[in-house]
Amino acid sequence: MRVALFATCLIDALFPDAGKATVQILERLGQRVEFPLEQTCCGQMHANSGYFEPTLVKRYVDTFEGYDAIVAPSASCVGAIHHQHAMIASAADDEALATRARQTADKTYELSQFLTDVLDTDDVGAYFPHRVTYHPTCHSLRMLHVGDRPQRLLKNVKGIDLVELPRNDECCGFGGTFSIKNPDVSAAMLADKMEAVIETNAEVLCAGDRSCLMHVGGGLDRIRAGIRTLHLAEILASTDREAAR
Amino acid sequence: MNSQGEVIWTDDPPFAQNAKQAVHNSQLRRNVRNATATIRQRRAGLVAETPDWQELRHAGAAIKDDVLHHLDDYLTQFERNATANGAHVHWANHADEANQIVTALVKQTGQTEVIKVKSMATQEIGLVDALAQDGITAHETDLAELIIQLSHDKPSHIVVPALHRNRAEIREIFAKHMPDAPQDLTDDPHELAEAARLHLRRLFLKTKTAISGANFAIAETGGLLVAESEGNGRMCLTLPDTLISVVGIEKLIPTFRDLEVFLQLLPRSSTGERMNPYNSIWTGVTENDGPQQVHIVLLDNGRTNALKDTTGRQALRCIRCAACLNVCPVYERTGGHAYGATYPGPIGAILTPLLVGVEHAPQLPFASSLCGACYEVCPVEIDIPTVLVKLRHDAVKAKPHRAEDATFAAAASAMSGRRRWTAALKAAKAMRFIRQAAPPPLNRWTRTRDLPAPPAEPFREWWRKR
Repeated sequence: MRVALFATCLIDALFPDAGKATVQILERLGQRVEFPLEQTCCGQMHANSGYFEPTLVKRYVDTFEGYDAIVAPSASCVGAIHHQHAMIASAADDEALATRARQTADKTYELSQFLTDVLDTDDVGAYFPHRVTYHPTCHSLRMLHVGDRPQRLLKNVKGIDLVELPRNDECCGFGGTFSIKNPDVSAAMLADKMEAVIETNAEVLCAGDRSCLMHVGGGLDRIRAGIRTLHLAEILASTDREAAR
Repeated sequence: MNSQGEVIWTDDPPFAQNAKQAVHNSQLRRNVRNATATIRQRRAGLVAETPDWQELRHAGAAIKDDVLHHLDDYLTQFERNATANGAHVHWANHADEANQIVTALVKQTGQTEVIKVKSMATQEIGLVDALAQDGITAHETDLAELIIQLSHDKPSHIVVPALHRNRAEIREIFAKHMPDAPQDLTDDPHELAEAARLHLRRLFLKTKTAISGANFAIAETGGLLVAESEGNGRMCLTLPDTLISVVGIEKLIPTFRDLEVFLQLLPRSSTGERMNPYNSIWTGVTENDGPQQVHIVLLDNGRTNALKDTTGRQALRCIRCAACLNVCPVYERTGGHAYGATYPGPIGAILTPLLVGVEHAPQLPFASSLCGACYEVCPVEIDIPTVLVKLRHDAVKAKPHRAEDATFAAAASAMSGRRRWTAALKAAKAMRFIRQAAPPPLNRWTRTRDLPAPPAEPFREWWRKR
């Protein structure tokens, strides 16, 4: 099986640790991972702001269609690949690209899906002795329907003190450019999410999307809450020899 | 009022600015949160006990899609059957036309006062104001609509239009604006309801003409159905001599039997009940029973425009249950007025631009974080997030925004190849200088949130070196 990592533009640019962690987990489980350097962005930020970019869809398809499986540590980006790529190609009257986009999307997995469904494991041999709360992001919950896959993976992490986040199905208020176009509503939603996180007394907030974590983490940093954010991959990559910080 | 009536209250409803006010209104925030949380929980409990809920949703969507695909046939079938049963059917292309038809019909009765059943279609066309211009007073009889009307307010929710008010505020409104309210009225809900009941009873007994909408129009029989909780609707539908109903053309269902699906979906989704306390169905005129003059005004007002949009047309399946409002994290924090339109919340953010044209409501499709909660609860499976994204695309195409267009074009260009992208990644380092105070438009982020510290190197650098 030829496996490619789609790191996503956000992780490539700003959160390389989540990308490194994804590689570490996959290699620990015996997979050889490739990172094709032609990859950039899935185009979701453009599409959700009203700018359809078939060139980004084409770049994704050209880069990844030769692989057997593509893994991305982001439910949101995988959601866009599944639900938007073909639509964007069709909107540009490129049905050939739409067909290829659908085929490539079918082979594209979010990390927790790939681990549990393709590699058939919910114990990746991780060790992380900290109090953690998990925020199921909107797109993992309602677009990709990953269900309890991430929680199953987290429960098997040795040493972890996993506490449930109250009202965890509520959006954190990020929504891509929504956070800029409607900053006041976004901040109001964020305030409630931070309150829920603080209520858990957790030391780490974990999620499968670095974008939502950038938002909640940005709010927690602003009020000096002393709670850090880690991507699901970072906790799953953590071992007693090499702990995530 | 324009030819769309009150679908939008001002051209280009400025959602972001309205929301900025709303999120600081602590009373509003509390009232909306309490009300939506209550209905949301009731709905969730009832859906959980309905084993075939997903099948019901599929059926509801399929029936409505059939109607929309054959709308011309079902409309003429409805007209034929309603007419054969003694109703008069009128056709209105837009709000002005509908208002003129209703005004003329009321004038024919010689009455200057009418009673009204709660109806979104009549809100949408601004009927009460239109009648007032011709000297006709229309009394809202739904309790919440009465509260809104007495306080010269606007509805903020499709099903519970006064949910932005609490009982202390309602007591004050009654005491100030309801002439026959008791002097010693308290904010006890029973007392408030009793005061409204007595006030309305006097109106029911003396008024000869009523105006309603309809939840469903049955093509097979020519009948109309109104679902409600209070019984005040039934008073209006049965006591007067003349009944005029304004009905959107998408309200059709093919057969009486289809109600089996919708009368399960609607009450669970709207008020969190297993059935509506009052379902009133009337088919034309029944001799010596109920109104003897029955008129039906079939209203387009932008619906055929919406039908042209192959992605957006699914919004016409909407049965106005407002389940999407009750789960929407944006609506919960702004209330309905921020949307500046008759239909607020997620459904309003798509329906409004579809009805009036996205160029008149370009902010509304952006009033969502695309969290998807609306789609999950919609009883007729309207994929609101996908329609929102499609309408955003239309909004961007409809009107140039130079700075934003240039920003996204520059980003796309930076993402168009390996060399350019690698160069762009280097620029991310500059972020460390602006983490807590960025220049516009990023300052809208940094007012309430820090930006992340840029990494020592991007992921691809690490990958190349290993």
